[in-house]
Amino acid sequence: MSLLSIHDLHVTAEGKHILKGVSLDIQPGEVHAIMGPNGSGKSTLARALSGHPGYAVTSGRVLFNGEDLLDMDPDERARKGVFMAFQYPVEIPGVNNAYFLKAALNAVRKERGLDDLDAIDFMAVVKEKARLLEMDDSMLQRSVNEGFSGGEKKRNEIFHMAVLEPTLGILDETDSGLDIDALRIVSHGVNTLRREDRSFIVVTHYQRLLNYIVPDFVHVLSEGCVVRSGGCELALELEEKGYGWIEAGEARA
Amino acid sequence: MSTSTDVIEQLATTDYKYGFVTDIEQDIAPKGLNEDIVRLISSKKHEPEWLLEWRLRAFRTWLRMEEPAWQNVQYDRVDYQAISYYAAPKEKKKLNSMDEVDPEIRATFDKLGIPLIEQQMLAGVAVDAVFDSVSVATTFRSKLAELGIIFCSFSEAVKDHPELVRQYLGSVVPHTDNFFAALNSAIFSDGSFVFVPKGVTCPMELSTYFRINAKETGQFERTLIICEDGASVSYLEGCTAPKRDENQLHAAVVELVALDRATIKYSTVQNWYPGDKHGVGGIYNFVTKRGHCRGVASKITWTQVETGSAVTWKYPSCILQGDDSVGEFYSVAVTNNRQQADTGTKMIHLGRNTRSTIVSKGISAGQGQNTYRGAVKIGKHATNARNYSQCDSLLIGDRCGAHTFPYLEIKNTSAKVEHEASTSKVGEDQIFYCEQRGISKEDAISMIVSGFCKEVFRELPMEFAVEAQKLLGISLEGSVG
Amino acid sequence: MSTATLDERQAPYLAELDRFLRGRGDAAPARVRTLREQGLARFQSMGFPSTRDEAWRFTNVQALTSTPFRLGDGVPTNPMPLVQRVALPGAVRLVLLNGRFAPELSDLSAVPTGLKVGSLATALAQGAPECSHLGEAPMDAHPFAALNTAFLEDGALIAIRKGAVIDTPIHIVVITGGTGKTMVHPRVLLVAGEASQATVSLTLLTSAGEAHYTNLVTEAVIGEQAHIECVLDQRGTEGAFLTSNLHVSVARQGTFRLRTVTLGGRIVRNDASALLAGEGAHVDFDGVYLVDGSGLVDNHTTIDHATPHCTSHELYKGILDGKARAVFNGRIIVRLDAQKTDAKQTNRALLLSNDATINSNPQLEIFADDVKCTHGAAVGQLDDEALFYLRARGLTEQAARDLLIHAYAGEVLGRISVPGLRQQLERELFRQLERDLAEHTQAGAVPAAGATVDQE
Repeated sequence: MSLLSIHDLHVTAEGKHILKGVSLDIQPGEVHAIMGPNGSGKSTLARALSGHPGYAVTSGRVLFNGEDLLDMDPDERARKGVFMAFQYPVEIPGVNNAYFLKAALNAVRKERGLDDLDAIDFMAVVKEKARLLEMDDSMLQRSVNEGFSGGEKKRNEIFHMAVLEPTLGILDETDSGLDIDALRIVSHGVNTLRREDRSFIVVTHYQRLLNYIVPDFVHVLSEGCVVRSGGCELALELEEKGYGWIEAGEARA
Repeated sequence: MSTSTDVIEQLATTDYKYGFVTDIEQDIAPKGLNEDIVRLISSKKHEPEWLLEWRLRAFRTWLRMEEPAWQNVQYDRVDYQAISYYAAPKEKKKLNSMDEVDPEIRATFDKLGIPLIEQQMLAGVAVDAVFDSVSVATTFRSKLAELGIIFCSFSEAVKDHPELVRQYLGSVVPHTDNFFAALNSAIFSDGSFVFVPKGVTCPMELSTYFRINAKETGQFERTLIICEDGASVSYLEGCTAPKRDENQLHAAVVELVALDRATIKYSTVQNWYPGDKHGVGGIYNFVTKRGHCRGVASKITWTQVETGSAVTWKYPSCILQGDDSVGEFYSVAVTNNRQQADTGTKMIHLGRNTRSTIVSKGISAGQGQNTYRGAVKIGKHATNARNYSQCDSLLIGDRCGAHTFPYLEIKNTSAKVEHEASTSKVGEDQIFYCEQRGISKEDAISMIVSGFCKEVFRELPMEFAVEAQKLLGISLEGSVG
Repeated sequence: MSTATLDERQAPYLAELDRFLRGRGDAAPARVRTLREQGLARFQSMGFPSTRDEAWRFTNVQALTSTPFRLGDGVPTNPMPLVQRVALPGAVRLVLLNGRFAPELSDLSAVPTGLKVGSLATALAQGAPECSHLGEAPMDAHPFAALNTAFLEDGALIAIRKGAVIDTPIHIVVITGGTGKTMVHPRVLLVAGEASQATVSLTLLTSAGEAHYTNLVTEAVIGEQAHIECVLDQRGTEGAFLTSNLHVSVARQGTFRLRTVTLGGRIVRNDASALLAGEGAHVDFDGVYLVDGSGLVDNHTTIDHATPHCTSHELYKGILDGKARAVFNGRIIVRLDAQKTDAKQTNRALLLSNDATINSNPQLEIFADDVKCTHGAAVGQLDDEALFYLRARGLTEQAARDLLIHAYAGEVLGRISVPGLRQQLERELFRQLERDLAEHTQAGAVPAAGATVDQE
């Protein structure tokens, strides 16, 4: 059975019809890259899958582990194992990162029928994962994302993912704003999390990220539709030619 | 507008639970204000001649003053002749113990959840309750008296400790200070009085609950707290009023005096009736609160959680006269629906090495308007004075407003002054981010709001912190501290 | 700005420009001529600023504008030691001597692939494509930028190719000096391609002796996903005048970090402006300055948030001694569409004397409604308690003082990612502080019988 099965998904945001019938099938363990020019609907797909209130699904079907994903509240989706690493991680002043993550982890564990972790066990889990992302302990004690640099925020997202251990990780332009060092750390974190029962959707504008996180499949979105699908050689082709040829092709079509 | 913002608004708009009216026999003065009313109040309270004279001076000053209009609030002007300036439960006989308090009044305070009864001893809170204009009961008086601490109603203090009242009354807020202070000085009815003698640390929190009950009355209480050398006290104040369609005026004056090395912590949870959704009714809360750090190394801390009142206009302030004295102000002000608040503080540095801290958190929802107005003055002789100010505003929804007016006046170059300000929205983005991590919407909202108020809540005494959180209409359990 | 007196102040500059255009400036490409004409027109219509202009309210440039500077025909004798003093190990170095490329002082032997560094005059003459960005910086509110453009001749072009990650530090050294009161108008153009990464340091020096004037304009164009750090290292002599205009535009997801370090000069005015032109762009504007005597350091910053999700952080820290004055004006514009902007601005000043003054002015113009803007300002003296604490642990007063200032300035200096430059600047800062301290001690000491003390 597919982990995620998207069928003819239509999504509007702020009254604009953005996704116009996207279908995608993801098997456990696969990494799918979604590429496309600005405004093509890549991030809309990520946000709609995670249940962002600003994105309305007008038609289509999404099954996650055989269950109707669209019927679930965002927190329910998260507890079922859908994780989105935000393009712009949100700051929550006054709420300590470790405390926040403990609340999240225990909510997820409850769903999986596990007991709450106590503070000691929790810290043990967290410290191990923090090392993976080369995160300073102080980042755990600061307010969620507050005062974090762009690179720190993205590392924190992957760190959250490492702690929550989802079955589907959606990376929404995680490479944006990263310098080369941060990009390597973040990619290393993601690659370490790759497993045969965990899948990823990697949304990116630039091919550069895919040098580090090598996808099994690449899909190109343009004006709300998947216009090309292929292996990772498709990303290189895009890098070489740019998005112009797709947009031009669409315009003529 | 999407659902998450609605939920926040809903949570912030819990119904006013304290809006009931207690049916008891009231002794009410005729409406209107003139010298005869001032004399009537004074005679009802069997006051000495000097106090009547003081009131009359204040009244004459008030007549010459104009109601201030510079504050950033809009309201129908008060008709000072349409208010009754004295309302009291009919006096039956002198009360000796708690059991003798009118059962109706006790039932009211029970409903309000005030620990008025003896079994609350465990809670370690001594309570004075002011019902409309008079103080009805003060618990633990004898226990405090053993330590030399006086905690009683203002009227009793006038009777039993006239020398103290005469020495300190008006010494921090003179009757000429402002329009509402002058009005209060003329017609104040009762209030609380605290005196902590030299070297004594008050062993329990002292608490006063104020309640406006009668119709077309105002409440004009006066509180005076004095801490002698090395003494310390923590004082809490809570306020409620019934739901009524007309606006009621609350014009209180609070004076704090801290002598050498004395510490006063004054905490308020203000939940006067805010009026309904359309802005009908509600309390006008025009209050003058000021502390005077008279002695060296003295310290005054104001902590306030302001959730009620239709219009709030108050600036709990500190005059830092003693060298090394410290003033602090921590505030959470919530305005929802049509509520308006213009609040903040003044820190007046006169002594050397004086320090002050201001942390103000404004939360605006609905069509609420929240203004922070603060002044930091560093006098010429205030060498090495320091101030840190932080004003943060949180907007919920897009019809509310937040305004910040920090004033700074520095006359000594050795001053170190820091100011930080921010305005942000409780966005759907924040809530969605929490939800995306598996946290439910309700938990997300309480987490966000409590995170925002954290610096202030941790200044409140435990019991009050709990009440403050409830007042925000949100269970904040677990995420504070 | 154009009153009769101001015109008089302009006259010597216009005469000098005339001499330049008929002399060595004569053989310039058409593009350069056009830019010069635009610059001249702007300069003539604006004139020199006065304290009646809002942007110059606290900065009186009379001492600068009344000095009859000449374009240096000669050069400082033996400039090599100056260069060696500031040279960075392993760096690609380009030296501008009195505004013109000096190959004999430069070291372009190890320019890595993907990087282009060279004389701007040569690039213009060869019609290098990057030069199309020249003149994009707005001159409207900046009379000195207009003046620079009128005198446009040479400077440095730095271009980083798409995807190139340059680890070699890039060092541009601008030296002003020679006989007579010399002025220079160098121009630096930095073009960073998509996803490129580099660090560029601009070191400004003046030779001792006469008062000299350096009027620098820097334009930077930062591509998508690019990460550029720029250090503006200003080490003029006591009498030096310096005006610097830096304008940067940052594309989508790009990052530009500016660290301005000012250690010397009589009047230093820095205008830095950033246009956050693409979603998710970020700028850091950091500055640290030490100003003493009767010096003046003025930092004016403008950050224009034109697109959503952009972030900007500003941290300026000043150390003022003597009768020094400093100005900080931080303008932040958040355009209507720039939702989710996060702008943070902090300005701190440490006053080491009672006669030093600072004017600090945050200026927030916010047109979007879902933004986070924070500004903070702090002015104060060294923390007596901390000083006492350190001395109680056995540190001498000076050591304690140094430690605290080090920590204070370190917050900005520590962000400079070129280690060699960071160390140089730290050393230079402390050398100057020690000199100040020595002056204090001398002035305050009771002279021994018969001894003479130099005092002003």
